[in-house]
Amino acid sequence: MGRFWSILFLLVPVLGVLTFVLAINEVGPFYRHWLPVNINDHGGIIDSLFMFILYLTGVIFVATGLVLFWFLWKYDVAKNRAPVKFSHGSHTLEVIWSILPAATLLFIAIYQMNAWADAKLRRPLLSTGPDKTAGTRDDVVQPPLVEVTARQFEWRIRYAGSDGQIGTPDDVYTVNDLHIPVDEEVVLQLKSMDVLHSFFLPHMRVKQDAVPGMKQFLWFRANRTGTYDLVCAELCGWGHYKMRGRLYVESRQQFDKWLKEKFQEQEQTELKGPPAESAE
Amino acid sequence: MSGTTVDSHQSAADHAHGHAHSGSHSGIGHFLNTYVFSRDHKIIGLQFLFSTLLWFLVGGLLALGIRWQVAFPWKTMPVIGPALFSAEGGQISPEFYTTLVTMHATVMIFFVIIPILAGAFGNYLIPLMIGADDMAFPVLNMLSYWFMWPAFICIGSAFFQQPYGAGAGWTSYPPLSAIPEAAPASATAQTMWLIGITFVGVSSMMGSVNYLTTIIQMRAPGMTMFRLPLTIWAMFITAILQAFALPVLTAAGFMQVTDRLLGTGFFLPEGLSVNNAEPVSGGGQPLLWQHLFWFYSHPAVYIMILPAMGMVSDIIACFSRKPIFGYKPMVYSISGIAGLGFIVWGHHMFVSGMHPMLGMTFMVATMMIALPSAVKVFNWLGTIWGGKIQFTTPMLFSLSFVSMFIIGGLSGIFMAATPVDIFIHDTYYIVAHFHYVLFAGTAMGVFGAIYFWYPKMFGRMMNEFWGKWHFFLTFVFLNGTFFLMHVLGAVGFPRRLADPYEYDIFRPLQPMNQFITICAIGMVASQVIFAANFFLSMFFGSRVGRNPWNANSLEWMAPSPPGHGNFDFQPVVYRGPYEYGSPEVDIDYYPQTMPPPAGVSPIAGNRGAH
Ligand code: HEM
Ligand SMILES: [Cu+2]
Ligand SMILES: [Cu+2]
Repeated sequence: MGRFWSILFLLVPVLGVLTFVLAINEVGPFYRHWLPVNINDHGGIIDSLFMFILYLTGVIFVATGLVLFWFLWKYDVAKNRAPVKFSHGSHTLEVIWSILPAATLLFIAIYQMNAWADAKLRRPLLSTGPDKTAGTRDDVVQPPLVEVTARQFEWRIRYAGSDGQIGTPDDVYTVNDLHIPVDEEVVLQLKSMDVLHSFFLPHMRVKQDAVPGMKQFLWFRANRTGTYDLVCAELCGWGHYKMRGRLYVESRQQFDKWLKEKFQEQEQTELKGPPAESAE
Repeated sequence: MSGTTVDSHQSAADHAHGHAHSGSHSGIGHFLNTYVFSRDHKIIGLQFLFSTLLWFLVGGLLALGIRWQVAFPWKTMPVIGPALFSAEGGQISPEFYTTLVTMHATVMIFFVIIPILAGAFGNYLIPLMIGADDMAFPVLNMLSYWFMWPAFICIGSAFFQQPYGAGAGWTSYPPLSAIPEAAPASATAQTMWLIGITFVGVSSMMGSVNYLTTIIQMRAPGMTMFRLPLTIWAMFITAILQAFALPVLTAAGFMQVTDRLLGTGFFLPEGLSVNNAEPVSGGGQPLLWQHLFWFYSHPAVYIMILPAMGMVSDIIACFSRKPIFGYKPMVYSISGIAGLGFIVWGHHMFVSGMHPMLGMTFMVATMMIALPSAVKVFNWLGTIWGGKIQFTTPMLFSLSFVSMFIIGGLSGIFMAATPVDIFIHDTYYIVAHFHYVLFAGTAMGVFGAIYFWYPKMFGRMMNEFWGKWHFFLTFVFLNGTFFLMHVLGAVGFPRRLADPYEYDIFRPLQPMNQFITICAIGMVASQVIFAANFFLSMFFGSRVGRNPWNANSLEWMAPSPPGHGNFDFQPVVYRGPYEYGSPEVDIDYYPQTMPPPAGVSPIAGNRGAH
């Protein structure tokens, strides 16, 4: 039976790798079962990090799996005639297999810091200020184009109108429909009126919890027009599953046109904006 | 109390006698004292074991409810659907779906994994493996079991009234959890949930105080710290983790209760209004709860695996007939995991709105915690290298622990990488990760431990043939269930969605979810084999002597099952527990209590101790 069990454990790395190969290549039943197409200029780095870690851990996964299989196969009591190796360990080995993973992990840690800073710390700038260096206090950050306020169970969206400022009378309101221009840095301001929600754009590799009492900023630069899903990724009550929004990435002209029409429509119906407090 | 002296343990048999008669002589009183309000660590351990196994069944059925809905949303559940949800025409309502995910996790974590490791195996094994006649504080020990009952009742009773349980997730994030108007499940059920969790905490706290004292004070003569089996080391470190982390959860729980009942607003910001209810007074911060909760619950995930790692180490050494490879590195990695475990909680909050700089520091600490985990895996592989591997049922489960923990540990690295976590946070990638560590890891380790120590507990073997079938089916189905979840996670498929197919991007995933559900049903069904084996073996299993596996540690020197007071002789320890295949003796094991043969200096064969 030792043979049988060894092979069962060998199947773990074999089928594990196979699953990922099929998924990455979207073969047969795995069609559309991999990272969705990335439409964010800043999202590519997340994908490459994911793949980098996948290959790295994949090597360790296969190596340890093969070693486990080989030891089980070879040292099966039914087959192994040699006496047991009466050993309590090896100092050298311990040192090697502590330092190697430590170095690898530290490398991953440092390697990815830049991507994190891009995603969450370095908000796009209008200008770098008088000193002409980014990352200093006098930087002028790009103002948000749109404010998203989450509530049970919808996304209330508010656009800075023609004046480019949120909280002025020319703001445009929608619910669940997020329009943005393509090939431009877009800054988005995120709030919540009631409970936690999470603003998730899978195709953009963007996710941020919306926290009542806090204001978050997100940014991205879409590089492909089309319609995509806006997902709520934080349990927010019974209607969590239907808190679906849609993201429309459009050319600048289309976006401007849509915004203008929307504004006129709003004026005509004298529809009051939703009771979202003004952005101070 | 210096319980380690020989005198205080003299003639454990006499001792046992004294205790047995201290209770009432009348039949029912005797029964109550022996089996119900018992102060004997073994009975308490078994009480924990039976209770947690029953809850394991409940938790498993709840999981099938979740799986049903994810695979076939809004379809009538076969067999039980019409009975349970007649009002909804046999469907799971979206409201009930949130309580399903909440209660499944709550039951599994707080009523199964934590109490089965510390409560059942900690209780049963600690005194036996260190050579003590009982715990340091038997009454406290009894209370630690009985304090689980208010928790069972508080949380269990929620199943009987709408909406059938709390529904804010096992993480209970406010404001959803703190404002009754936020959801029907956030009304009374949530308060009961918080009170229940507090009782679990009190129970664990009593247990850990006891374990720490017992391990420090009551070891048999010769049992130095570095001669302890790794199971005991793991229990020791786990108890420390609990003692330091639990008070934070208890305090946070009380704060949430007062937020709900008295409007204290610790976790609620100014002016918040849910569902058009009165705005709350506010002044608080929702993120505060997350910090406090994870300050406990990250260490808790190690509370949920370290004891299993310890037990698996003992089982692997025994069935490789070889000393554990790198005993001290193993001890140091357990300690390292525990130490680092206190400074990584923020990795659950990378996208929560916590300051991104803070995220970076938590990221580095989290990366480093994968290191001791890796060291442990290498040492397990080192242990089976060059051994004589016996493929018994406990060994198969332990080997699968190693094989599966590798997967769970490696997927942790993806999530530790903050930019990647932006994408996979709160998706099925996380679900895959923690089921690989908790089910494929801990639960499989626990199965191994049950098969391994069952003969000690009941004096009879479990059936090996059915044990192997149980292993084989569980192993196959669990991988069918959980491995594909990595793939779902790569698409960004979120957790806790009652109907994910509202979204275009997730619609193609339904067939795969149906496959996963079929595997999950197979996995739960396979446990019938285990249940039958477990109960029938109590009556029909073959009887065993003291040491059926030819193992070294002290519990195998006691009778099977051990009487009250455990040992019928005073154990004296000469060496560590892993001297399998030692050249000093002719047999391939070398019990800790066996005096060295004449001509061998008593120091030799002690390597594990230094
Ligand atoms: C190799 C070491 C490990 C690393 C690097 C690691 C890393 C992480 C990270 C970063 C998360 C948060 C992911 C997110 O929510 O976005 C996480 C979640 C989780 N981990 Fe681990 N982990 C490790 C080992 C373990 C172990 C041993 C256990 C349990 C026995 C465990 C149980 C969990 C659980 C239960 C969650 C999810 C909690 C929830 O959101 O409901 N992890 N892990
Ligand atoms: Cu939601
Ligand atoms: Cu954690």
